[in-house]
Amino acid sequence: MQTTTNIENLFRLNRLPHIWCPGCGNGIIVNAVQKAIYESGLDKDKTVIVSGIGCSSRATGYMNFDTLHTTHGRAITFATGIKLARPELNVIVLTGDGDCAAIGGNHLIHAARRNIDLNVIMFNNSIYGMTGGQFSPMTPHGRLATTSPYGNLERTFDICKLAECAGASYVGRSTVYHVQLLVNLIKKAIENKGFSFVEAISICPISYGRRNKLGDAPKMLEWLKEHAVNIKAAQKMEPEKLKDKFLIGEMYHGEAPEYTQLYDELIAKLQKGAEKDVR
Amino acid sequence: MKTKRNAQLLQGNQACSLGALDAGVRFYAGYPITPSTEIAEFMAEELPKVGGKFIQMEDEIAGIGAVVGAALTGTKALTATSGPGFSLMQEIIGFATMTEVPCVIVNVQRMGPSTGGPTSPAQADIMQARWGTHGDHPVIALSPGSVLEAYTLTIKAVNFSEKYRVPVIFLLDEVIGHLREKVVLPELNELEIIDRKRPTVSPEQYKPYAVDESGIPAMADFGQGYHWHVTGLNHDETGGPTGKADVINQQLSRLFHKLDQYRDEITLYQTFDVEDAEYLLISFGCSTRSSLAAVELLRNEGIKVGLLQLQTIWPFPDHVIKDFTKNKKGVFVVEMNDGQLCLEVERTIGNRDLLSRINKINGELITPQEIIDKVKEVAL
Repeated sequence: MQTTTNIENLFRLNRLPHIWCPGCGNGIIVNAVQKAIYESGLDKDKTVIVSGIGCSSRATGYMNFDTLHTTHGRAITFATGIKLARPELNVIVLTGDGDCAAIGGNHLIHAARRNIDLNVIMFNNSIYGMTGGQFSPMTPHGRLATTSPYGNLERTFDICKLAECAGASYVGRSTVYHVQLLVNLIKKAIENKGFSFVEAISICPISYGRRNKLGDAPKMLEWLKEHAVNIKAAQKMEPEKLKDKFLIGEMYHGEAPEYTQLYDELIAKLQKGAEKDVR
Repeated sequence: MKTKRNAQLLQGNQACSLGALDAGVRFYAGYPITPSTEIAEFMAEELPKVGGKFIQMEDEIAGIGAVVGAALTGTKALTATSGPGFSLMQEIIGFATMTEVPCVIVNVQRMGPSTGGPTSPAQADIMQARWGTHGDHPVIALSPGSVLEAYTLTIKAVNFSEKYRVPVIFLLDEVIGHLREKVVLPELNELEIIDRKRPTVSPEQYKPYAVDESGIPAMADFGQGYHWHVTGLNHDETGGPTGKADVINQQLSRLFHKLDQYRDEITLYQTFDVEDAEYLLISFGCSTRSSLAAVELLRNEGIKVGLLQLQTIWPFPDHVIKDFTKNKKGVFVVEMNDGQLCLEVERTIGNRDLLSRINKINGELITPQEIIDKVKEVAL
C-alpha cells in the first residue's frame, strides 16, 4: 500500500500549468477531490480516476493515479468496467455538465440504478466551455450562450434529484465557494459503498459569465455565496425566502445493495455449488 | 477430472463463447441484439462460475466502454453485437485503438443498412470493420467459416488482441452464428494462449508508450501502482497529451504500422483444390461453404476450380491474394454483400478483366448453383 504523506504527491506536477482559463473554478474542485482522497486515506495504488471529455475532464491528466481520460459522455461506462472487474479499486469519475447530463445522461441513471460503487463528481459550470460556450442541460432558462443567442428556451435538470430518483445511494451538492463542504461531501461519497453523486457548482467567467454580464470570477463566487442555502437551514426557512436560491449540502443518503458486492456473492455461491457437485 | 474432449453438437455463437472462455476471457459487457444474443446468454451463465464477470449494459456504447475499462485492469474482455450495435461501438473501438487496449468485438453480421433484416444473414460489414471508426488506424478482423473455426479463431482473436494491443473484430455472420455442427474441440493443453506483455521496470521508470523492437508497448494493469495516464488525445510515450507535431508523427506512424512486421502470423487462410486450379474462388465466412460445394460439383464436370478461404480479412492479405491468383484464367469473389472484399482483391491483382463478382443481397445464401453458373459463364 502506498500511503500518501504529502498532498503534492497526488499531482503530476510536471504536467502543470493546467489548461484552464483564468478565474475557472475547476482547479478548486480538483483540489477538493484531492483533499478528500488524501483525508480519506485512500491507497493511491488502488485508486483510479476516470473522466470524459470537456474542460473538467482534463483534470485526470494532472492527477497522479492510474487515470483514464475517455470519450465524450462515456466515463461512467469505462468506470463500471474497471469497478466490476476489480471491485477492490476505488473508482472516482470526474465529469462535466455536458459530459454527464447531456451525452452521458443515460449512463448516469443506469449506473445509479445499479448502485455500483462509483464516486461521480460532476463539475457544473453551466456551459460547454471547451467548445466555446454553447448551452448545456444545466444552463439556466433565459441565459445567453453561443447556441442560445436569444436566451435559452430550455429548462435545466435538477441533477441531484435525478441521481437520487435513479437509485444513487449518496447525493450531495456544493459549490466552488463552499469548498470545505465540497471536501466533506466527496469524503462521504467515497465512504459510501454504492453509487455516489456530487454536483460541484463551478464558475466559467470566460465562456459563460462574460456573455451573461455576471462579472469577473470573484463576483461570480460572491453570487454563489449569496444564492446557496444549506439544505438543513432551508428546512427552517419560509418558501418566500428561498426564491432565487438553490440548495447545497447532503441531499440524500440511503441504504441499498451494492452491485459488485452482489456479483461477488453470486460467484461465491456458484463456486460453492460446484464444489458440492464434485462430491 | 475429465480432460479428453468428446464430439459435441455446438452452435457457432456457443463455440465462439467457449473459445473466449478457453482463451482466458473473464469479462463480458454488452447489449442484447439479434443474432448475437446467444453469446451474451452463454457468458451470463458461465462467467460467474469461473470467477468472471458479465454485465448487461444500457446500450452497446456502454458495453464497449465497460469492456475497455475492464481490459485496463488486466482482464481479458469481450463484447458481442450485430450491425446496429457495431455502428454504435465505433467511437470507442477507435479509443481502444488509439490507447492500445486489447479487447475483442464480435459482430454477428446481419442484413443492413439500418434495422435491415435482424434474423437474415449478410457479410456486409467488411468495410465497416476496416474503416468504421474515424481516422487512420490499424485493425485485425477475422471471420470463421464453420462452428469449429468459430471456436479456434476466437482464441486467435483474443491472442492477437493481447499480443498486438489492438481491438480485434470477429466477423461472424448469422449463418455461422446459428449453425449447429458436430465438432471435436482441441484439448485445452494443446491451445496456445497469449497474455499481454507487462512492464518489467519499476513504476518510476515505466513509459507506457515506449517500445522496443517489437513495436508493441508493455502494458501495466490498473491498480498495480504504475499510475499511468490513458487518453484518446495525441500522446507521447509517457501517455500524457502532446501537441508537438514531431512526437505526434512518431507515435502515430508507429501505431498505424505496428502490425506490418507481424503480417505473416496474422494472416490466416485455407485453400481447397488450388494446386492445379485454372479458376479460383475467393470467399470467407458462410459463403465459403457454398463455394466449397461449387468446387466439388464443378470438378465433377471437369472444370478445374479451387477455393481460397480468407480467415483473416484485415489486414488484407495482399501477398496471399497475389500468390494464389497468379496464372489463373478467372477469379471469382463470393460474398453476401454488394461487393466489398472484391474491391480489395481488385486493388491487389490490378486486373479487372480477370475478376468476377458473385454477390447476393436479399438475405438468402448464395447457392452452389449460382456460383457454378457464373464460373461456367466465364469458363465455357
